[in-house]
Amino acid sequence: MSEHIVPVRVYVTIFLVLLVGTALTVLAAFIDFPWRLNTIVAMTIAVTKATFVVLYFMHVRYSTRLIWVIVAAALFWIGILFALTFSDYWTRGWIPVSY
Amino acid sequence: MTTDATTADIHGHRSLQHHFENMEQQREAGTLGMWVFLVTEIMFFGGMFLAYTLYRSMYPAAFASASNHLDITLGAVNTGVLILSSFTMAMAVYFTQLGKQRPQIICLALTLILGLTFLGVKAKEYHDKYEDHLIPGKLIPGNPFGPAVQEEGQPPDHHKLHLLPGATLAQVQMFYWIYFAMTGMHALHMIIGAGLLTFLLIYSMKGRFDPEYHSPVEVIGLYWHFVDIVWIFLFPLLYLLGRHFEHG
Repeated sequence: MSEHIVPVRVYVTIFLVLLVGTALTVLAAFIDFPWRLNTIVAMTIAVTKATFVVLYFMHVRYSTRLIWVIVAAALFWIGILFALTFSDYWTRGWIPVSY
Repeated sequence: MTTDATTADIHGHRSLQHHFENMEQQREAGTLGMWVFLVTEIMFFGGMFLAYTLYRSMYPAAFASASNHLDITLGAVNTGVLILSSFTMAMAVYFTQLGKQRPQIICLALTLILGLTFLGVKAKEYHDKYEDHLIPGKLIPGNPFGPAVQEEGQPPDHHKLHLLPGATLAQVQMFYWIYFAMTGMHALHMIIGAGLLTFLLIYSMKGRFDPEYHSPVEVIGLYWHFVDIVWIFLFPLLYLLGRHFEHG
């Protein structure tokens, strides 16, 4: 069985989606969203763009399960990096500690 | 499984290394290896994204002030350039898979040119920061960090730093350390990518890649898209984070 060849139509669509995403993220940056949602909006757009690149430009959608596991492992470990660091910084000062 | 004749053909491919069973196994091993490398890259950049998140949460006003000084137009144009280069890279892989050499060479050359364009724009931005004395610390002899600050009531000057309430210059400098570390490492990856693309270009002109053997194009393509993804996150985080404070 040979590899999957992604049609040009898909590549063009993804390219256009990425350009629209870039325009959206610039527009959204100038809007003052309530409840300090600006970062959430910007990161949602960035994660969506990155997902399209990974799935289609990087062919992960058509790749073997093993590649999926590797990608998932990267996300898992970056999650550990952030979760453990912020479980420290974020909670400092919650409990008064005398030094 | 294919017929015996086809199997024999695949076994006889000049690019098949002896430790692989066939071309497909060789290609999948290469792709897997590249992905494992990219995981280490994600962790490498992840550390810097962590530093960014941490210091931004500590000095939100300074980060917004410093970010607003970056050139949003150049940043957005460069994002577009990089996305287009990812598209031409994907097309280069596509044409290699079909065995079309001419469009393959054109797409690789376009990707290389777009990558160099990105670096050119980046160099212009770095030079602007140099002129505004925003290179952190004393990295540049005779030009230490020390931007001019926009005072209340003065006519607006885009070379001066507009400090939001609560921001200090030392905290702004922290933003620029992170800005230069992250965009600098990203630019280094682009330079390495440009070198890899030059290699691909030379080998594709020699006609070394075909539908059976194109792992180098595919794998360097993965690397190129990864560098694009890093920028997809850097652009909003570095350039756009404080814009909504400007006309609040």
